[in-house]
Amino acid sequence: MRLDVPSDLGMVGDAVELVATHLPPGTLSPRRISFNLRTALAEALGNAIRYGNGEDPDRMVRVYVELRRDFVRIHIDDDGQGFDSSRLPDPTHPDNLEREYGRGLFVIRHLVDDVAFNEKGNGICLTLRAG
Amino acid sequence: MRFTLKKDKSGVVIVGVEGQLIVGNRQELKQKVLEALEEGSRKFVIDFSKTGYIDSSGLGVLVSLSKKIREQGGELRLAGLNADLQTLFELTKLDTLFAITGTAEEALAAF
Repeated sequence: MRLDVPSDLGMVGDAVELVATHLPPGTLSPRRISFNLRTALAEALGNAIRYGNGEDPDRMVRVYVELRRDFVRIHIDDDGQGFDSSRLPDPTHPDNLEREYGRGLFVIRHLVDDVAFNEKGNGICLTLRAG
Repeated sequence: MRFTLKKDKSGVVIVGVEGQLIVGNRQELKQKVLEALEEGSRKFVIDFSKTGYIDSSGLGVLVSLSKKIREQGGELRLAGLNADLQTLFELTKLDTLFAITGTAEEALAAF
């Protein structure tokens, strides 16, 4: 499954529903699709649109979903310069708790089984194992 | 996805979040609550009993609203989180920041 999403934050919800509702049943439980996949995909898309593509209407975010018997893997790529995911502050630290931003990657890491970035840092790959 | 807004007889504003609270619609929630705050409302309950999922932008807007409401001498309570949403608040430690009840009725009774 491939999807090109315009860099408009208002499109995130529809894009997430398109992916979630077109996943064939079996690999992921309904609960994991309903919550883990939807939330993680919304996060990743939102980051790609806002931080990667700067909400530039001329840029697209490319989504590619790999379906296997043992896992679902979602690749999300933007046209940005990339970023270093290792330099993010801990959003659960008391000093950061009242910040409005900074939780996205933390949430993703806790909802999916594996997170990987491409070398440039403008592509993220989310893996949810079967179950 | 949509937001519903009503006031109970004691003036508490109850906002219902139907669907999801994410990056694409968080500004709408923020606007609705801030408008009610400007009109003089000080007690708020956000009811998530019909909410499927919340992303970090949604969590962020709740943090921002909580701060603004408190600055005006008001109070915000969250209600109706399902098990997954409750887990989300716990892992981000936002359960320590918000008053969370099982139902909107319990939140209203707590004011």
